[in-house]
Amino acid sequence: MSTKEWPLWEVFIRAKQGLNHKHVGSLHAADLQMAIENARDVYTRRMEGVSIWVVESKHIHASEPSEQEALFEPANDKIYRHPTFYNLPVELNHM
Amino acid sequence: MEIKLEEIFQDKIDQEIKIEPRDWMPEKYRKTLLRQISQHAHSEIVGMLPEGNWITRAPNLRRKVALLAKVQDEAGHGLYLYSAAETLGMSRDEMLEELHSGKAKYSSIFNYPTLTWADMGAIGWLVDGAAIMNQVPLCRTSYGPYARAMVRVCKEESFHQRQGYEIMLTLTKGSEAQKAMAQDALNRWWWPSISMFGPNDDNSPNSAQSMKWKIKRFSNDELRQKFVDVTVAQAELLGLTIPDKDLKWNEERGHYDFGAINWDEFFQVVAGNGPCNKQRLKARVDAWENGAWVREAATAYAEKREAKANNQIEAA
Ligand SMILES: [Fe+2]
Ligand SMILES: [Fe+2]
Repeated sequence: MSTKEWPLWEVFIRAKQGLNHKHVGSLHAADLQMAIENARDVYTRRMEGVSIWVVESKHIHASEPSEQEALFEPANDKIYRHPTFYNLPVELNHM
Repeated sequence: MEIKLEEIFQDKIDQEIKIEPRDWMPEKYRKTLLRQISQHAHSEIVGMLPEGNWITRAPNLRRKVALLAKVQDEAGHGLYLYSAAETLGMSRDEMLEELHSGKAKYSSIFNYPTLTWADMGAIGWLVDGAAIMNQVPLCRTSYGPYARAMVRVCKEESFHQRQGYEIMLTLTKGSEAQKAMAQDALNRWWWPSISMFGPNDDNSPNSAQSMKWKIKRFSNDELRQKFVDVTVAQAELLGLTIPDKDLKWNEERGHYDFGAINWDEFFQVVAGNGPCNKQRLKARVDAWENGAWVREAATAYAEKREAKANNQIEAA
């Protein structure tokens, strides 16, 4: 009698106009319409959002934790990408 | 290699770096978390039953919408937590299977009956109060998905406790019979509530490892003491008496002393012999089985729609 489990969906909520959708959690639903309805009930009971995205979890592709160093460490020594790297006179305003 | 990985892992924990689902973790860390989070989820879900019992009999509409909203929140808490547990590699159906077969445990307090309306007050005040004491430190637990779920839960819990306390306050300001009803509820819920923090520290074998991994931040006894310390004044404000003749302020310790918990009873209830264990489990199993046709129908509908959409693409 055991039936197939409903697929897992990742839920993203825009808290208010002007903000990004942000990942808030996941849930199970049979299809995308149910995923949005369930997301509304599970994640926006207190006006937490004005818009919902749902994506079936199997469609998310993630970087490997083991590649963390290779991917992100090269940015560490590129301090010239930050404004404070540049020596300018204090008299200079608004820059 | 394993040793090295375990060192790196502990180092991250010590530095307060959260562990995320795809990071390496010791198998025992994964298992401990999985057990704790799924039990926690089950407790939220089963915890709806004692209060659900009173929704249709709430004394007025204000109380009814509040109780309904609270019970709905508990369903939400269960869902946040099941999702967090799933990131550790167990499917939702497997977790439910463990609950339904009796293999998985849930908080033993939900195996007590809710006999009067005052129980809704006592549960909100004491049971949610104790849960908050437990849950606030879990917002900083070392596993990312669990910590994030707990932040959401904690935001919602405070209304639960306040609505319960308000019920108690109203009853204690009412007739003699209402006051007695409130006192009776406190009498019945007090000991199960302070048992909720679990066995004493010297009888809680996995605690030390959980503290080292920062799954737990405080021991069972520390949390229980905190709870007793804040709750005494709340009972006084209600004009109710906590049913413990050994309860008294200890100037030296700066804490309340309190009487011995009946651990025999606690372990009996955990083992399935509480007043409502069978009833609670049956309600969950029935809900699961009676809902099977809905789950099947929704799956069939989703498959049909997908097949239709695929056909249209091919035809085009
Ligand atoms: Fe809850
Ligand atoms: Fe609650």
